[in-house]
Amino acid sequence: TVMAAPMTNDQSWFYALALGVSFLKCLLINAYHSTDFEVHRNWLALTHSLPVSQWYYEATSEWTLDYPPLFAWFEYGLSHIACFFDKEMLVVPNLNYASPATVLFQRLSVIVADVVFFYAVKEYYNGFLFGVLLLSIARHCQNRHFEGAFLFSVLLNLKHIYLYIAPAYGIYLLRCFCFTQSNADGSLQWRSFSVVRLVILGTIVLSTFAVSFGPFIALGQLPQVLSRLFPFKRGLCHAYWAPNIWALYNIADKAFSILGVKFRLLDINKLPKASMTGGLVQEFQHSVLPSVSPLATLVCTLLSILPALFKIWHRPNGARGFLRCLVICALGSFMFGWHVHEKAIMMAILPLSLLAVDSRKDAGIFLMLSVTSHYSLFPLLFTTQELPIKIFLMLLFTIFSLASLKTLFRKGGALLNPLEVTYLLGLIPLELICEFVYPLTVWQKTFPFLPLMLTSVYCALGVTYAFIRLYISLLTCSDTTKKTKMQ
Amino acid sequence: MENWSLFSLCVLLGLTSRWAVSFHSYSGAGKPPMFGDYEAQRHWQEVTYNLPVHEWYFNTTNNDLNYWGLDYPPLTAYHSLVCAYVAKLLNPEWVELHASRGYESHSHKLFMRATVLFTDILIYIPAVLLYCFYFCDGSSKQKVATALCILLYPGLILIDYGHFQYNSVSLGLALWGILGLGLGWDLFGSLAFTLALNYKQMELYHSLPFFCYLLGKCIKQGLIGRGFFQLAKISLTVLVTFALCWMPFLSDPKQPLQVLHRLFPFGRGLFEDKVANTWCSLNVLIKIKTLLSRETQLFLSFALTLLFILPSSLKLLSKPNLWQFKLALVNSSLAFFLFSFQVHEKSILLAAFMLPLLVKDGLLLPYVVTSLAFLFLSLYLLSHLTRTNEPLFWYFPFLVISVATFVWLEPPAKFPDLFPVLVSILSFLHFLGFIIYFNLVQLMEPQRKKSQKKTN
Repeated sequence: TVMAAPMTNDQSWFYALALGVSFLKCLLINAYHSTDFEVHRNWLALTHSLPVSQWYYEATSEWTLDYPPLFAWFEYGLSHIACFFDKEMLVVPNLNYASPATVLFQRLSVIVADVVFFYAVKEYYNGFLFGVLLLSIARHCQNRHFEGAFLFSVLLNLKHIYLYIAPAYGIYLLRCFCFTQSNADGSLQWRSFSVVRLVILGTIVLSTFAVSFGPFIALGQLPQVLSRLFPFKRGLCHAYWAPNIWALYNIADKAFSILGVKFRLLDINKLPKASMTGGLVQEFQHSVLPSVSPLATLVCTLLSILPALFKIWHRPNGARGFLRCLVICALGSFMFGWHVHEKAIMMAILPLSLLAVDSRKDAGIFLMLSVTSHYSLFPLLFTTQELPIKIFLMLLFTIFSLASLKTLFRKGGALLNPLEVTYLLGLIPLELICEFVYPLTVWQKTFPFLPLMLTSVYCALGVTYAFIRLYISLLTCSDTTKKTKMQ
Repeated sequence: MENWSLFSLCVLLGLTSRWAVSFHSYSGAGKPPMFGDYEAQRHWQEVTYNLPVHEWYFNTTNNDLNYWGLDYPPLTAYHSLVCAYVAKLLNPEWVELHASRGYESHSHKLFMRATVLFTDILIYIPAVLLYCFYFCDGSSKQKVATALCILLYPGLILIDYGHFQYNSVSLGLALWGILGLGLGWDLFGSLAFTLALNYKQMELYHSLPFFCYLLGKCIKQGLIGRGFFQLAKISLTVLVTFALCWMPFLSDPKQPLQVLHRLFPFGRGLFEDKVANTWCSLNVLIKIKTLLSRETQLFLSFALTLLFILPSSLKLLSKPNLWQFKLALVNSSLAFFLFSFQVHEKSILLAAFMLPLLVKDGLLLPYVVTSLAFLFLSLYLLSHLTRTNEPLFWYFPFLVISVATFVWLEPPAKFPDLFPVLVSILSFLHFLGFIIYFNLVQLMEPQRKKSQKKTN
């Protein structure tokens, strides 16, 4: 007899996978927790114990609140649950407080938040994975545009890093939603502009912002909030360079300065003391190449994403085109942004994974980008205890994506060309050198940041390559709007 | 997906869960003066490195047998010696004679965990993979599912990577032995199993089936002629292996006797702690531990073990094929577990009923997680690969609820041990049921359903 309605094969695998990931996360509760842990503990504490007017002024801890207000409200909500675990963690002066109950609570809240993740996945397609961003994308693909816009506004107010992809959203919505029709060849039909839609969209977005920022604007604290959200006082690069253009720029600068000194073109005393590889995040000057200012990075970023935005304005390609533009916006901001954290690459990879299952070219680019960026995250987990875990998980993910994509695109040759394969295989010797060989050499003491630099630069090459290939594929893709599978 | 990728994913998942469990606490962490099994293993490294061989098993001024004296066969001692050499390279303080007692540090924990992982990768995991590949019936998907189930088996992971032991070595070697026999490489199989036996004497549980299978096979080939030569070769292999392992101890007749004395401590009682076997359960009703004399206890346990093991062994002797062999292994180990002397609950390595031990080690969370995952996974796979048995389906929630009750409820003050005892008795009844069932299956050989499906 049948117990219950039999689940489809895909759905049941999905639940099994979701459960498996959650189990693994539960097990890893005891693993090393970074300063992020203390950051969130501090935010729980300050939202709980201080009045709203103090939130963006509080500076007892070095980890000040630098996320948009909606996230602060989220922490505030969480803090009420945290009470039941350990009241002590909510006392602001308890810096670096980390009782076992505290750790447990933090990890559990992350896991529970994952539930949102999985729900969104289910909605997108019978069997895929990811978050509020994807829920928003999902709603767009399902032509529930208002919900999609709303979710994105929420997202933006939770984490302003999503500003990276706001242009894509904006242009796409304007083009595809506010103009209700396109001509037969896909070009713009000016007369189909719908004021109503624009107004409704605008209202949704603005009201979300109003709810989030409202209290702070009322208190006249907007400049303070903004200065916390966008701290341009920090340097061009993080202590560990994100693998973007500026990593390559930095290394070129270093190379030139060394060569310059060697060939007596430059006077070593006149060069500013480069402490770029020093641990603290500070302003510093480049020695040979011109220094880069925040404005310059903004300009570069905008220039890098403009062609993509123009392309979807001109000939939007439905959901797929939107996704592609999204990826390029995220990647462009990653490549050229100011003080980018390497985690930001995830924003490009997530939408790209959706594209990867539909097109073999995208699958290849996805593999390149995902493996490279996962590797670039290795320096974030540097304890010996985590070494096996990060290697196992990386191998797990790489083999899984490679094998499943290969099965998907069985016909038509290899997904990656020999050059790409060589590059990816090169990660193995790189890891061996950086993690095992280098620490045993004499240079470990004098140049301790060399492995980090090597990792950044090597990965930056891969990321740049992926960026270029994505752009080429966007600009050369055909204009026919294909019907997606989920109509 | 291709086979190689599926198998490597299984291995990686197994490895990740193992290492993730190892983050948690180990047996006796921070609990002087005796600490726990972890300290025992560290102590053996200290003893084997610093003292000459003839002192390892003896009570001397340098070697206090009351503080975790060696009670495993020589191969364990050699393994500890090798680990000690590595430890000395990394940090001599870890194996300093006397001074390193109760040594605990983060890096030491990493080292110890790493040794377990290393031997696991070397011995156990390849054996599991080969076994699933060659000896599982069914499609490649089913083989991979079996491999995953075995690799994720919570009992072994929790004991080896949580509590701290090296069961994967002896189990892995025994599995190589089974593989050898299955592939027809009797000599290799005997060698592997003998090594397993010399690593942990607990493998005696499996020894009778090995013996009966090989003997039966030789008899079938004719005791005059080929069979005899085969028997001679096998015996020679076994004897030589034993000799090599025990060589350092053969110089003086007192040595092997002392070692045996350490391995089989009949000085201890019928059972210790709460074990899900007959004696512990019986003790609830009739206090046999105190009622009967030690000699009677010994005799009783010997007789009952023999009684339960004889039918299965004789059957195997008469029909030495692989299927009988596997069943005999199950029956033999169950019989020994249920009826023999001084059994430890670790002997059964079954996840669901080891709660008392694991809670003591602070391993409740990994236990719950891995057990639930394992239950869910096996249930899920079972229901996909065979027709689901309704009673079986309802059984697991019952297990989960009983486990939950044990954790969350406070026992009544009059019977503080109520819940552990109940769990033990419950488990005992399960095992009794299993041994009867499997014996019936082996002896009667019901028509095996051709349950191969045309799935891929």
